[in-house]
Amino acid sequence: MSAMLHVPTRRELLLGSGALFAWAFVPRIARAEGRDPRFLTIVLRGALDGLAAVAPVGDPDWIKLRGDNALRLDGKTPALPLDGFFALNPAMPNLYRLYKAGQAIVVHAVATPYRERSHFDGQDVLESGYARVGRADTGWLNRALVGLAPGDRVETPTHGRRSFAVGPITPLVVRGPAPVLSWVPSRLPPVSDETTMRLLDVYRQTDPLLARVLEDRINLKKIAGPDPNQRSGENTGPAVQIGNIEQVRAYFAEAAGGAAKFLASADGPRVGALALDGWDTHVNEGAVNGRLSALLGALDAAIAAIETNMGAAWSETVVALVTEFGRTARINGNDGTDHGTATVALFAGGALKGGRIVADWPGVKEADLYQNRDLQPTTDLRAVLKGLLKDHLRVEDQVLATDIFPDSDAAKPMEGLLA
Amino acid sequence: MALDPIEAAVALHRFGFGPRAGSIAALASDPRGALLSELDRPNAGQIANAGLMPSGQISRVAFEFNQERQAKERVEARRKEAEKQEAAKRAAEGAAMDNGAMEKSMEAKSMEAKSMEAKSMEAKSMEAPAPAAPPNPPPQTPMRENFIREGKAHYDAAINAEIGFVERLVWFWSNHFCVNADTTVMAGAYEREAIRPHVLGRFVDMLLAAESHPAMLIYLDNAQSTGPNSVAGIMRNRGLNENLAREILELHTLGVRTVYTQEDVTSFAKVITGWTLLTTDTNPHHGGEFLYHPRMHEPGAQTVLGKSYRDTGQEQGRSVLTDLARHPATAKHIATKLARHFIADEPPAALVERLTQKFTETEGDLWEVSKALLAAPESWAPERAKIKRPSEWYVAMRRAAGFSDSPPGPILQGTNRLGEPLWRPPAPRGFSDDNGAWLDGLAHRLDSANAFAQNTAARLDPNAVMETALGPLASPETRQAVARAESKAQALTFVLMAPEFQRR
Repeated sequence: MSAMLHVPTRRELLLGSGALFAWAFVPRIARAEGRDPRFLTIVLRGALDGLAAVAPVGDPDWIKLRGDNALRLDGKTPALPLDGFFALNPAMPNLYRLYKAGQAIVVHAVATPYRERSHFDGQDVLESGYARVGRADTGWLNRALVGLAPGDRVETPTHGRRSFAVGPITPLVVRGPAPVLSWVPSRLPPVSDETTMRLLDVYRQTDPLLARVLEDRINLKKIAGPDPNQRSGENTGPAVQIGNIEQVRAYFAEAAGGAAKFLASADGPRVGALALDGWDTHVNEGAVNGRLSALLGALDAAIAAIETNMGAAWSETVVALVTEFGRTARINGNDGTDHGTATVALFAGGALKGGRIVADWPGVKEADLYQNRDLQPTTDLRAVLKGLLKDHLRVEDQVLATDIFPDSDAAKPMEGLLA
Repeated sequence: MALDPIEAAVALHRFGFGPRAGSIAALASDPRGALLSELDRPNAGQIANAGLMPSGQISRVAFEFNQERQAKERVEARRKEAEKQEAAKRAAEGAAMDNGAMEKSMEAKSMEAKSMEAKSMEAKSMEAPAPAAPPNPPPQTPMRENFIREGKAHYDAAINAEIGFVERLVWFWSNHFCVNADTTVMAGAYEREAIRPHVLGRFVDMLLAAESHPAMLIYLDNAQSTGPNSVAGIMRNRGLNENLAREILELHTLGVRTVYTQEDVTSFAKVITGWTLLTTDTNPHHGGEFLYHPRMHEPGAQTVLGKSYRDTGQEQGRSVLTDLARHPATAKHIATKLARHFIADEPPAALVERLTQKFTETEGDLWEVSKALLAAPESWAPERAKIKRPSEWYVAMRRAAGFSDSPPGPILQGTNRLGEPLWRPPAPRGFSDDNGAWLDGLAHRLDSANAFAQNTAARLDPNAVMETALGPLASPETRQAVARAESKAQALTFVLMAPEFQRR
């Protein structure tokens, strides 16, 4: 791992979006208060199934909704009880520990203002902070930085010069006028199994030769379903085990852990963002012990790596894990879920007043679902983010309302998120 | 004229380097005419780049550089040896050392200690931010720099071509008459000097230029080949090397297992003895350039393919090559290879026949043969049977993404990884033109496409790239996969990995 912030080199042009993109300054006002806050935003691209990450196990309609795919408190792999109603995916013991220690918050039934179901547009709305699609030139985090008084410039001893770069791969959320530094982990982001399987699906339908070759090359293993009574061979999608989960785990941990090292260092940046892909689980979602649980496990390990590498700075840290939208409440015909609306947002860090679920629970009865298919959004993600930016980084109310999240008057900054 | 965007897209993928923004629409009114007009452009196939060194010059630069390096090494070795001897001498004198000398020595030691300390401080301050140098960076030598410049010129010509048919022909012929950059620093210059000038000219001229080029003479060992009965052969007890003669017959002209025998190989090898180059150490101005050296040439008449060639010196070899160029087996061999490259592993017999005939009747006019390839109905079969070679696909990606000027590093590394390193074929046969050779690399292509997409997706619209690159060729399945992709990077990966983009 390279140990500095710098302009991407040729070698790094090959590398991906797990890079940290961080503000080149330290916020002055928070410093003046004697604080030194850290804020890391992780965009989970692909639409995380919120109901699979944090399940409403106390909702009487829950098991009926998800059946065998429902997380539950009993059974072989019991979910981790957060309160009397919600339980965390068992693949996330670190987040559970932080939650119990008052250092994690779950916001449920949350959504951006976007109500369609296109990934790209959804990500643009999530990351731009604008209420509607079509403005994708700057991100809310970058505009928040513009509103902050810059303190000391971040030390970047790269080849003897202070460098910054808005690299071509910068996630939208942190793109904009504020100078941004980039750091790229040495590890290549692996091709996700999801990408491979979808490509294979195209090949199977249109090019048998390429399909055969790709099938030979990837480690295809039919999942012996956890339930012997699993649906009979209706699945058009291939069943695979995550072949490269170790690579994914290593990549997530290096990207997130590396980012934390910079945010922790005395003269390093304080505000940054990275993106982790792979959450679009249309086929064989595997929330309990399949694909998604493996990905959530990798994410959990990444959170642990952040905590470890932050060291003492963890107590002043907030990590926001956000995704463009949720997934269908019901399981689809391929044991997966399709694009939906409301989902979870996860927050971890020693600066939080954690151990809480923030949710105005809409229920999962048929009549409660949004358009009779998705979890109904009841909390505006912008309210949560505004609350964090205001209390943690001291972004001014007025700036939040006009520049950072325009047209979000109804979503007042959520209070009391910080310890 | 009716618009035919499908044929335009096929034209771009099959005969060019893939579409750039707007290419499909621009060609739609007359795809074949557009390809033909590339052939008629003045200086088609040439690279206008005055900064590139001719082959002789780069050989001399490389020679001088290596000499200087060796000289430095030798000086250093001498210095070390002298130090060692000095130390041994001092140790021997040590027994007889007086007090004054002892003091002096203590002083010296303390100085040494101080300097050690300073060094360690320096090391510490260096440690903190470890420089992000790539692991084992290749040493920057003038040869390496030259290779990168040549590589950039080679790829830029393809990336920036309007369609790229002529560049595809350059790549085809360069691979047909391949040399290897591991054995010669002249590989880039060779392509510019021996291949490009003749790519739409006469086959015989390209053959003569390639076989007499110093890069080829080194690569296939003819530079040392000496007639056993030549003056040099007798005086220096040197002999024949059949390598080049055999590969000319087997690979460059007649084709393997055709009409020639081992006797033909040996006789032909004798014919081209003396085709060598000026040595760089004694010729500071012309070293590395072609030389016909009569002293190495086997005297006497030689019989090749039943015809006797009297000893006319260098002309003897030119006569044999000229006859080989117009041999029917050569026409068939070249026609088959062209059709295999562009159309199918097992090309339609009718197409091979057409190209063979055109080659024969025009005495190997490659402009005419290229036109015949475009005119043949078999060339326009809707089935796209060929998988693009990795470097061709790599160039197509950059064109689809709208890059015009690219740093050569990523593409050189990328094609290395995909098994097609520039000018480094595994054997004199060149890189294979069979699908089978490249299919296994499909998973590696997926890795490359993924990395490329991760790097570029933020500033690209995958739908626009799809329309640019595939347009009417995009299958509903590909369109659906792109529309449903979970990220722009994934969508872009699907476009670049789509069968419609992988095939010619």
